[in-house]
Amino acid sequence: MWTFIKKEFFHIFRDYRSMVVLFGIPLIQVLLFGFAITNDVNNAKIALLDHSKDPVTREITHKLLSSHYFLLSRYLNSEDEIKPAFKKGEIKEVVVFEPHFAQKLETEGKARIQLIIDATNPNTASILNGYTTGIINSYTLDKMKKEHRLPAEVNVQTAMMYNPELKSAFMFVPGIMTVILMLVSAMMTSISITKEKELGTMEALLVSPVKPSVIILGKVTPYVVLSSIIFAIIVLLSRFVFGMPIEGSIGLLVAESLLFLVMALSLGILISTVSKSQQQAMLLSMFVLMMPTILLSGFIFPIENMPLVLQYLSDIMPGKWFIIIIKNIMLKGNGFLYIWKETLIIFSMTLFFLMVSIKKFNVRLE
Amino acid sequence: MSEKIIEVKDLVKKFGNFVANDRLTFDVYRGEIFGFLGANGAGKTTAIKILTGLSRPTSGQVQVAGINVSKYPERVKKKIGYMNQSFSLYNDMSVRENFRFYGGIYGLSKAEIKERTQYYLHKLDMERYGDQLLKSIPLGWKQKLAFSVANLHNPGVIFLDEPTGGVDPITRRQFWELIYEAADRGTTVFVTTHYMDEAEYCERVAILSEGKLKALDTPALMKQEFGVTNMNDVFLKLARNVE
Repeated sequence: MWTFIKKEFFHIFRDYRSMVVLFGIPLIQVLLFGFAITNDVNNAKIALLDHSKDPVTREITHKLLSSHYFLLSRYLNSEDEIKPAFKKGEIKEVVVFEPHFAQKLETEGKARIQLIIDATNPNTASILNGYTTGIINSYTLDKMKKEHRLPAEVNVQTAMMYNPELKSAFMFVPGIMTVILMLVSAMMTSISITKEKELGTMEALLVSPVKPSVIILGKVTPYVVLSSIIFAIIVLLSRFVFGMPIEGSIGLLVAESLLFLVMALSLGILISTVSKSQQQAMLLSMFVLMMPTILLSGFIFPIENMPLVLQYLSDIMPGKWFIIIIKNIMLKGNGFLYIWKETLIIFSMTLFFLMVSIKKFNVRLE
Repeated sequence: MSEKIIEVKDLVKKFGNFVANDRLTFDVYRGEIFGFLGANGAGKTTAIKILTGLSRPTSGQVQVAGINVSKYPERVKKKIGYMNQSFSLYNDMSVRENFRFYGGIYGLSKAEIKERTQYYLHKLDMERYGDQLLKSIPLGWKQKLAFSVANLHNPGVIFLDEPTGGVDPITRRQFWELIYEAADRGTTVFVTTHYMDEAEYCERVAILSEGKLKALDTPALMKQEFGVTNMNDVFLKLARNVE
C-alpha cells in the first residue's frame, strides 16, 4: 500500500503541470473570485447633467460623489450628449437634475431627478439604481428633518444577517471550495487512473497479486491528502484575506469536507471506469462535473430563480448540498442538527457512486 | 520437458455473439518457449488475459502452474510474470524506483529488491542509468528493463504480450537472448507476436486465426508440413485456407 502511495506522489510531484493545476488553480480562483469577480459596485463612473446648478443639486452631487460607489467622469451640458457618452462606454450612469431644482423643491415641495443607467449588465444597473436612490432619499430625509417639515417619520432599519457588509466573497468562497474540491479530487483521480490504463501499466498492476481495491486506494489516498491541504489553504485564505468568519465548529467543517471529498473521489473513480483515455476523462469531468457544479449548484445563480426543471436538476448536484452545508457552518454557525439532511444526501451519493464504480470495475475484469 | 505448466482445454470466450476464443486446447511444458501467433484480432490478447487471470473464460478449463485460473486467479498471479507492449514501466520514475515499486507489489523484501536490481542492472550493463528517469532511456533498453522487472520475482511462467512491438531488429535479437537465458533457468516463456521471424526462435508455435487454433507444432515440422522455407509462408498459407 505504502509502495503505491509513494509511487503516486512521484507522479504528482514530477509532473510540474499537475502541480500547477493542483496548487495554482485554487489560489488563482480564490483570489480572482474574492477580489476581481465581485458583484459589489465600486467607483462606477457617472456623468452629471445639471440643468439647475443651485445649492441643492450641488449638495446632492457632493453626497453621491463622497460615497465610494461613484466617480464623476464629467459634466454634460445638454441632453444630446447623453447617448454619445454611453456609447463611448466610459460611464455607467447619468444623473439629470431638472431646471430650477431648488426652487421647485421649495415652492412645490417636489423636484425631479432622472437616472439613466447602462443596463447591459442588469445586475450592476439595479445595484447602481439602488445606491443612487438610497443616497438621494437619505439626503431629502435629512433635509426635511432639519427643517422640521416631516409630520410622521417612518424609519426602515435593515439588518443584513450573516453577512452584514454584503460581501460577495462570502457567497463565492463556499462555491469555490466546492468547485476546487471537485476539480482536484474527481478530475485528478480520474485522469491519473485513466493514464495508467492508457500506458498499459494498469494491466500490469492487475496481473500482479495486489488486490484491485488496494490499487484504487493507493491511487486515491495521495489525492485525499492533497485535497485536504488545498482545502486548508482556501479556508485560511478566506478567513484571513477576506475576513470570512467560521462561526460553527471547525471539526464539523473538516468532517463534512472529508465526506464531500470522498464523494468526489468516488465520482472520479466512476469516471475513470467509463472513460478510455485521459482526454475523455478530462472532458467528462469538465462537462459533467465542473460546468453543472458552477452553474447549477447555486454557486453563482440562485437556485430559487431557476426554471423548475433546472431546480430538479440542481438537486442531483452534490455541490449544491455541500454549499448549503458550508454556508450553514461558516456563516450561520449551525450545528449538525441543521445539516444532517444534506449530509445524508451526500453520503448516499457517495455510496451510490462507489457501488456503481465497483460494479463497473468488475465488469471490465470479466 | 515433460511437466505441463499450462493446460488449456476447450477454452471458449464469447463477447455477446462474437466468439473470441473458439475451443482452444493446448499444453505448454516447463522451460519451454511457446509462441502464440496470429493476426490482429485473432484472439491472442483475449487468451493471454484469461491465462493471466484478468478475464474469465465463458467455458473450458485453464490451469497455470497446477492452479485453476478462473477459480483462484489471486494464487496464479503470484507465480506469473507479465509484460505487454507498453512495457508497463513508469516514465516519471527512475530505473531503480521502477524496480523498487514492482518488487514491492510482488512482496519482495527490501534486501531482495536491492540485490536483484543490482543483478539485472549489472547484467544489462545499465548501472550508470539506475537513477535516471525512465523517459530519458532509449526504447530498446526500456524493453529489456521491462523484461527484467517482469522477471524480478522469479515467476515460473512469464507472459509476453507482443513484447517487441516498435523495436528495431538488432534490439529484438538482443531481447530474444534474454528470453533464451530465462528459459535456460527453467522459466517458461509464453510469447505472442506477429513478427514471423520471431516465430522461428520459439520451440513450439501455435497459430491462431479467427479465434481458432489452426496449427500447433515446432517451426521446423510446420515448415515441412506446408512445404515452405520460412514461417511467413506457413502463416500466409494458413491465412489463405481461411479465406
